[in-house]
Formats: sequence, structure tokens, C-alpha cells
Amino acid sequence: MSGPNTDYDPVEVTPLHADEVDRRRDEALAAIAAATSLDALKQVRLAHAGDRSPLALANREIGSLPPQARKQAGMRVGQARSEVRSALDRRLAELEAAAEEQMLVDEVVDVTATLGDPPPGSRHPLTTLQERIGDMFVAMGWEIAEGPEVEAEWLNFDALNLGPDHPARSMQDTFFLDPPEAHLLLRTHTSPVQARALLTRPLPVYVLAPGRVFRTDEPDATHSPVFHQVEGLAVDRGITMAHLKGTLDHFARSMFGADVDTRFRPSYFPFTEPSAEVDLRCFVCLARPPAVDSCRTCKGEGWIEWGGCGVVNPRVLIACGVDPEEFTGFAFGMGIDRTLMFRHGIEDVRDMAEGDVRFTRAFGVDV
Amino acid sequence: MRAPVSWIRDYAALPADVAPAQLAARLTGLGLKLEALSTPGADLTGPLVVGRVLARDKEEHRNGKAINWCRVDVGPEHNPPAVESGEDGAAGRGIVCGAHNFDTGDLVVVALPGAVLPGGFTISARKTYGHVSDGMICSAAELGLGDDAAEIIVLTPGEAEPGDDAAALLHIRDHVIEMEINPDRAYALSLRGVARDAALGYRVPFSDPAGLAVQAGDDGSYPVQVTDPDACPLFVTRTVTGFDPTAPTPRWLARRLQLAGMRPISLAVDVTNYVMLELGQPIHGYDRDRLRGAIVVRRAQPGETLRTLDGQDRRLDDEDLLITDDRGPIGLAGVMGGESTEISPATTAVVIEAAAFDPVTTARAARRHKLVSEASRRFERGVDPCLPPVAAQRVADLLVALGGGRTEPGMTVVGSVPPRSPIAISADLPARVTGIDVDVPTTVEALRDVGCAVDDGSAETGDTADTGRDTGGHPAAPAGILKVTPPSWRSDVTDPYDLVEEVARVVGYDRVPSVLPTAPAGRGLTTAQRLRRRVGSGLAGAGFTEVVAYPFVGDADLDALGLPADDPRRTAARVANPLSEREPLLHTTLAPALLKVLARNVGRGFPDSRLFLLARVFRPDAWPPPPAPVLPVDRAPTAAELAALDAAVPHQPYHLAVVVSGHPGTSAAPVGAQAGQWAEAVGAVREVARLLGLQATVAADVAAPWHPGRCASIAIPGTGDEVVVGHAGELHPRVCRSFGLPERTAYAEVDVDRLVAAAPEVRPAPVFSTMPVAKADVALVVDTAVPAGDVEAALRQGAGPLLESIRLFDVYTGEQVPSGRKSLAYALRFRAPDRTLTDDEVAAARQAAVAAAAEQLGATLRD
Ligand SMILES: [Zn+2]
Repeated sequence: MSGPNTDYDPVEVTPLHADEVDRRRDEALAAIAAATSLDALKQVRLAHAGDRSPLALANREIGSLPPQARKQAGMRVGQARSEVRSALDRRLAELEAAAEEQMLVDEVVDVTATLGDPPPGSRHPLTTLQERIGDMFVAMGWEIAEGPEVEAEWLNFDALNLGPDHPARSMQDTFFLDPPEAHLLLRTHTSPVQARALLTRPLPVYVLAPGRVFRTDEPDATHSPVFHQVEGLAVDRGITMAHLKGTLDHFARSMFGADVDTRFRPSYFPFTEPSAEVDLRCFVCLARPPAVDSCRTCKGEGWIEWGGCGVVNPRVLIACGVDPEEFTGFAFGMGIDRTLMFRHGIEDVRDMAEGDVRFTRAFGVDV
Repeated sequence: MRAPVSWIRDYAALPADVAPAQLAARLTGLGLKLEALSTPGADLTGPLVVGRVLARDKEEHRNGKAINWCRVDVGPEHNPPAVESGEDGAAGRGIVCGAHNFDTGDLVVVALPGAVLPGGFTISARKTYGHVSDGMICSAAELGLGDDAAEIIVLTPGEAEPGDDAAALLHIRDHVIEMEINPDRAYALSLRGVARDAALGYRVPFSDPAGLAVQAGDDGSYPVQVTDPDACPLFVTRTVTGFDPTAPTPRWLARRLQLAGMRPISLAVDVTNYVMLELGQPIHGYDRDRLRGAIVVRRAQPGETLRTLDGQDRRLDDEDLLITDDRGPIGLAGVMGGESTEISPATTAVVIEAAAFDPVTTARAARRHKLVSEASRRFERGVDPCLPPVAAQRVADLLVALGGGRTEPGMTVVGSVPPRSPIAISADLPARVTGIDVDVPTTVEALRDVGCAVDDGSAETGDTADTGRDTGGHPAAPAGILKVTPPSWRSDVTDPYDLVEEVARVVGYDRVPSVLPTAPAGRGLTTAQRLRRRVGSGLAGAGFTEVVAYPFVGDADLDALGLPADDPRRTAARVANPLSEREPLLHTTLAPALLKVLARNVGRGFPDSRLFLLARVFRPDAWPPPPAPVLPVDRAPTAAELAALDAAVPHQPYHLAVVVSGHPGTSAAPVGAQAGQWAEAVGAVREVARLLGLQATVAADVAAPWHPGRCASIAIPGTGDEVVVGHAGELHPRVCRSFGLPERTAYAEVDVDRLVAAAPEVRPAPVFSTMPVAKADVALVVDTAVPAGDVEAALRQGAGPLLESIRLFDVYTGEQVPSGRKSLAYALRFRAPDRTLTDDEVAAARQAAVAAAAEQLGATLRD
């Protein structure tokens, strides 16, 4: 750019003529309007707003004008360049918007052709059901106790008031380990976990023992040599059967809905006295006529056999080092497999045990 | 136990309008659980009447069959009105009958037109063999009364008149309640016991069938010697002589046996069974003329055998309690009699045995000989020891009444029943245990209702008329304490809590209120429980499907895995009574279980599977193991005893197994890309470690059941060195073939207990820089045998602290690298904690990394 020229007379500088500036401006605006793509607009920007564009060159000449003319010429050129710049910005926005619109149209896909699904992982419903039941009891302050599956005979039987001649101890029901003098077996229930809990935990004890148990049943549609139980045990001062009923009612409602409750029938288990079988009010028909008559879940009974329970036999407390004069307790036990079956309408035990991926996948990661 | 309702009503004065279903529900509420309710005879409707055969003409027909054309008087109400209208002018109805076991004058059972017999067989007048048969003369089978279809029923002369309702006469219709009897309710294995609870349920009078008067015992009947009074506390004999062995069992008695689920056989046998059902006392009858010398009750001697009534020869165990005579064993006490002294169709003198046998002795014998009988079922649960004299009397009375002869005057009674001691119980215990608001008078009343004698400390010593017992001899009960003597038929009631149950069931279990207890504040899941859940969820999220499986395996499975003879996984716990002789072991590795599940899925059309199994394995140190102690139960084990128990129980850690077969099932991996299964398996266990906050180290290893060149050990940081927690890789091709799996199936197994133990309890927060990252890639050529893991380690070491992360993104072998070499391409990221790195700094770090790889592993930069 030329420096200020103060010592010679005004001369004519053609590019700064008003007509010339207007013409350059109009050319630029026309070119901008004519640009139909972002690339074309880029060229227009170079040609009409770049460093070597006529208006930019004209701007450089302003310095060569006499001072009195500079102001007017500067205003004229500045205004023209400003008009061109805003037109460029406007056009750029227009073209970008149009380009994006076009891209959205061009990129249409068939959303039903989802070849890229993640592989269908899933958890076994027997696991998730145990966890769900566990969570419910943990929410009440209970803890989850565990124990070995190969268990000492004393803990599985003797400590639970199943004496040496109890029929359940026969080889017909129990997998004993070889040799029998080892006094080891595959636990027939999760009750030895309860005994272990009483033997090792400080009182009071509120524990839930879910787990795998074993009986010598040939597998068929309704039997499996391996199945799952959940047992609960509460030993505290002043525990009564009413607390057992309250706990099971809560359990039932949490699992099957607010209208469901339980009923007790007298029964017999060596480790509880009094003992009861607990029936669950059918969660489908709620035992209400006329729905109950045609109900397939409870087969018209209105109630579903759910499990066994009772007041912990003082003999068990004594064998586990608990003073039955000071403490009482209750215990209950349910089949997880059975619960899963009637909750989900599963017909064949083998579906749960054989590991067919179609069974597990249907449940995803919850029950 | 099957109890006909009509029989229950004999002893319990139930209101007439009590429906059987209602009664069954009431009994269930008292602990006698309804199994099935049936109504025999309900499928028989319409007129079934007694008829007298007036005339019988036997006719041979062309098809070779002989029939009888009969005139039968079926009573004035049912006979045709006009006698003359009969085909041959005779009286009564004309009926064709194919059976021949009757004659003119006999009383028979006639189903008249309009009757419907079991099976939906409708009777109508129909033309057959040239006659119009106007009804049917019935056999027992046709009426649903038994198996006899060849012969018609011929009633006893004088038993009924023509026209009488035959359905009532034959006791066809009844209701039968079948109950599941728990071990503590042995008394309910009798009509006496069921009716007692039925009367209790409706608060109506009960008349005890065992209430008959019995003479005092003497030694006047068949001689008996008991050498083991503990096993046989009481033995009673009565003798009936002059008995008519051809006398038939009366219809009502046979029908009751049938409804109760027993088969009528002969009068003498039927009577003993009837009394057993009625009272609950098993009875045995001997043909007196086949007995030799006194009956001796003793244990078996070496080498003795017995042929039992079922025709089986049994080698006796020296623990077996026997009934013997001079010639040897004649019965397995309380279980089954012997053939040699069996009552036969010629028996006229019957020796009746009614005895009390020890439940344990009986149970063991029944189990030993796999011979569960009606008698053993009752004895092993406990029979009322006061019954033998009564039952013997009842059998004798029935035999004489129904079969003639006479009861010989004497009654041999050997042994005695000691009186029961009272149980002291706090009067408020039932309320304290059940939570039911039950007061002391109600408690006392309930206990008396079930037959207990109760001393509540009041002036008149509590006593109940129906037991005929008192508590005399025992000091009176102090205040607040009840002294309760259970009745003789409740041998199961021994503890105060047993009495609580009796009170609860009488008052009603439905009166137990519902109160949620408040547990103390809990600690939530344990770390192990939480982490195992995380492993399962993480693997499911990574596309694996969880399965469950049985833990039973055999040596063949371990062979199929290629386990060497000295592999610790060969030391397995052995089941004494396995379901399958081929699978007597408990698995020491999850591989057989999971691979079989995979094979099943492959067989069902799912070769592309990613499965996992999270379960315990059983890893004894040695087998057989040291025996587990059997401790007393009247006290808690000591710490040392508890430790001994724990020491005897084999180690049972949770293992995780994953298996990868076929295509992953996503478009992310091209179809046919079968080379990556082993990497998926390795990746899965690395991911599991990561989920638990652990960095797993992968190194080449050789182990069964893996491909020796495609097996990685998985290690985690230990207290000192790294600890190997499992292996992952491609299965050995032989293993794939053995289990029927797709080629290149990959498998991994890790010890989850060890992972959990190593998992950090608290994870440290990261310190990270917000300065810009600088990236640099490097492709190195190394010998094929150099593990990528080593190259990465060298690069890390050489790059120094500015290296933030390193990632292998390409492995290449082929034309562009020399043979025997491979190219590994890594993406490196550098970052400084406090400044933007200059290009020179990044280049220097990259250079140093390459130099380290070159120096340590002979790596060269790829051009
Ligand atoms: Zn229902």
C-alpha cells in the first residue's frame, strides 16, 4: 500500500470511482447469487473477496488519494466489501443447509436390515431368579449365606434332627460319596447352610440360603437329580410363626403381586416343629370364582403348593449351640425351579437343566 | 391312606350334610393332607335291582356259544305288568345271560333298561340270540367292583328280596378320601385315627373302635417266647378253632377293603387286613396246624433264610428280627409272614398274632430286604402299643362271626407297655411359639381333644375320659406349667414343641397372624457374591449365554479331555450310588459339562454358540478322603470339631468356563472368519478379570484340553509372583472330535474364587493429564515365534513414562515380509502430565520404543 500522499494534487484513481466500485460490487453479488455449490462459492469468494479481488485492490488505492478524498472513497469501498461479505455468508449458510438436506436424503438406510445386532448374551433364569429373591431379602436386612455342595453328613442330617434311621437318609434319596464311612454326601437341601450359619454367625441371625441341591431322581419331565432351593432362617428373641407368615406374605407379594398371600397347612419336617406347608394364593386367578375354575396355573385349586416351613426345632438349635430358652427361630424352603416353572408356565424340568440356548436367551438378563 | 367316608362316619358322628370335599378340607387343615377325592359308583346310574332267577334254559347257538335264556323276578315294581304277555308265558323279565355260575332260585343283580354302567354302557331292551333281553344280569367287573368278568354275582340266599336296590346292597357308591400321611401322624394310617380327627374337626362325638372290652392276658393261648423285648415289647396271641375256610367274605367287608385299596383274598386274610385298616394294628394269622412248637421271637442266626408270602427266598441278616417256630423262621417281624405257615383254603385253626415291634428294627429290615408292606409302613412310623390285645380280640370276634368256630378262651400276652411320662410345658408356650392369641384354657382343651391327659395344677387332676389314663404317681404341676401325657397312639409326641403343634392345628393354622419381623441392619452382598454377579452380567453383556449343567462325570470324560494320569483333575470325589455307572465322579473341571451342553446345542442346530457356566468344581486333595466326624447332637460342636468337619469337606471353588464355537453371529465379523475363536476365549477371560478390577497377563502355555500351540495361561497379580488362575485357547482337535464339537472350538476356564480373592476391595482413582495427546504408529517385523505380548512389553519399556497406551491393530504375514517373520502394527499414544509434547519429544519416545524392541527381540521397522 502507498503511503499518504500529501504533497501532490488530487489525481483521478479509476478503481475508486463510484461507478467502478458499484460495478465491482454488483459483479460480486451476481456471482455469489449464481454459485450453486459450496465449491463454486469458494471460487467466488476467492475472485470477489480474496486479497486480489478488484475491491481489495481498490481498497489499497485509497491511500494514494489526497486526504480529503480518502474518507469518502474508504466509506464507498468499505460498504461495497461489507455487502459482498454478508452476501457470501448468507449464501454459504444457504448452500450448507441445502447440502445437509441433500446428505440426509442421500444417506437413507433400511432400518429393518439390522445385520449388526450385538450377539444375544443372556443369563440363566435360575440364576437371575435367585438373585432377585436374594435382593428382596437383602433389602429387609437379611444376608445371603452359602455353603459347600459336597457336605458332611452330620450337617446335612444329624444336626437337623434327622437321626440315623430317618427314611430320608436312605440311598434311595441321597447321593452318598464313596466310601460311606467318609460321611460325605451331596447336600439334599440347603438346610446345612442354616446349620453353618447358626454355628458361625453371631445372633440374631437372618439369612437366606439359595443354592443347588441333589437327590437321586432319574431326570424326566418333572424330576431332576439337581435342582435349586432357597431357604430362609431367622433366629432371634421372640420369633414366632407369625413372623414366618409375615415374611412369606411379603415374599409372595414381592414376587407375585400385591394381591397374593399365603396359607399354612400342618405338615412334618424333622428340623421344624410346628411344621407347615405353605401354599401360595394363585397369582393368576387369586383363588376367586369364577376365574379359579378354569385356571391352568393352579389347576382350579386356587392355591399353589410353594414350600415347607416352620418353627426351628429346639433340638436343631441345641445341636447348633443356640439356647432355645432364649432364642426361637423360623425356617422356610422353596424350590427355585418349581417357582420358576409356575411363574413362567414352564412345562418340562429338562428345559431348565439341559442348557438349550433358546431357553436361556428367551429370558435375556432378567426374569 | 384311603378312607371311605361311610367308614369314617361309623366312628365320627358327623352331621349328615357334611360334604366329602368339605370333610377332606377339614382333615387337610388338621394335617391329613388330601391327595385325591374319588366317588366310586358315581358312574353307575339308573335301576340296578336284586332279581331271583325263576327259570333258566341253556341254549347252544350256531356260533358255538352257549347262553342262558332266563326269567328273572325283579320285584313287583319292575316286573312286566301282564304275565301272559311274556314270550313263553312265564313270570318276570326275560333276560339273556352268557355266564353259567348260577341256577334257578339264585339271587342275582339285574341292571334294568335305563341303567348306565361304568364306562358309559347304557342298558336297554334289545334283541339278541333270538330273544328280547329285557335287562342284564351283572358281573362284579361290569359294576366296577372287581376283576371278575366271567361270572355273574350270586347273592347269598336270604340276603335280599327281588326288587331291592342292589347298588346299596353291594355298597357300590361311596366317597373315598385319599390322604398323604406324614411320618408324625402314624395314627392316621387307620380309620380309627382318621375318624378321630374328623370328629375333632367338627367337634362331634367319636366312638373308638378300639374301645371293646378285652379280657386280661394269661398264657392260655398259643405259647410265645420273646428273647429281645426291646425290639418286641409286646406279643399277643389268640386262637380260633373250627373255622370254616370256605366261608365267603361278606360283601360289605370286601367292598371296604377294596375302597381302601386292598384286594380281598379270603375271609381269614380279609379280616386281618380289615382290622389293620380299622385300628392301625398289623395282624398276622398262622395256620395252627402248620406251626411246630412255641413261637419264638429272636434275631436271625447266620445262614438262615425265609420264604416270605410273596414267594421270595430271603437271606436273613443277623440284625433281622424273626418270628420262628421249632422248624426255623416263619416270619420277618413286622414286615411279612412266611409261606410255610400261611393260612390256606384248608385252614380251620387260626393263631392270631398282634404284636408291638420297634420302629427302627422294622424299618431297617424293610429297607434291607426292599420289602415295604402295609405292616412295615405302620410299624416303622409307630403303632399304638396298647392295641395288640384289642386287635387280637377284634379279629377273633370277626372270624367267629363270619366264619364260624370259636375263640379259644386263653390270651397269651408276652411283655407289657410301660406307661408314658408326662411332658412339662409352659402353659403359654403355644402362644409364644405360634403367635396365635391362644389362652391357657383353650390350650388345655385342645390338648385334651387330641387325646392327651393334662394336669394343669387345678384341684381335680386333669384327666380325660376317652383315654382311660391318669397322671397318677406324678407330682401335681406347678402354676403356669402343664403336665401333659400324650395318648398311646402318639409316639411321635415327645417334646413341648410337639404339643405346640397339636394346639396350633386344633386351634387352626389359619389363625397365625402375619407380622413382618425386623432384621438388624444387614451388610448387603458379600464381595464374592457381588463379583460373581458381575462376572455373569459382564459375560452376558459380551454376548455369552449362561447354562446350567449336572456335575456328574466319568473317567471316560477325563480321558476325552486328554488329562494326563498325574493331572490333579484326575483326583475326583466319587459318588457311592450314582445315577449312571458311567458317571460316578463329581467334576473337577467344568469342561465335560459345558462341552456336552455345547454339543447338545450344536446337535439342535446352533453351531454358532458362545456359552458360559459358572459353577462349583470339586477338588479333593486325595480320594478317598479322611472321614468327616459324626458329632453328637445334644450340644454344639467344639471349635476343633467344627474345624475337623470343615477339613473333611473337599475344596469346592467356583469356576467359570466359556466356550466359543462357530461364527460370532454379528456382521461385525465377516462370515467364515473362523480363526478368531481362540482370541475370543482369551478376550472373554481378560474381560472377566477387568470386570473385577484385575489386569490379566496372557502367556503361551501347554495344557489339556487345549491345542498345544494355541493355549494361553491366564495370570493375575499375586502377593509375590503372578498367579495362574486358568487357561484359554483353542481346544485340541481330538477333544473337539471326542465331544462332537465344531472344529476350532475355543474354551477357557478360570478359578473365580481366586479372581475374587485378588480383586481390589477399593479401586484407586486415576490421575490423568488434560494436555493434548500425541499419536504415533509403528509397524515392526519380528520372527513368527516372538509373542506379540513380548513385543508390546518391550515397546512399553522403551517408550518410557510418556507412553499413555499401546494397542496392537494389525498382524501381517505374507509376501511383503520375509518368510518366517511377521509384521505387528501398534498404535501408540503419548501424553505428558504438564505440557504439550513437541514433535521431537514424541519422535524420540517412539524411537526409544523401537530401539528396545529391536534390542530385545530383533525387531526391525517395517518399510
Ligand atoms: Zn389359579
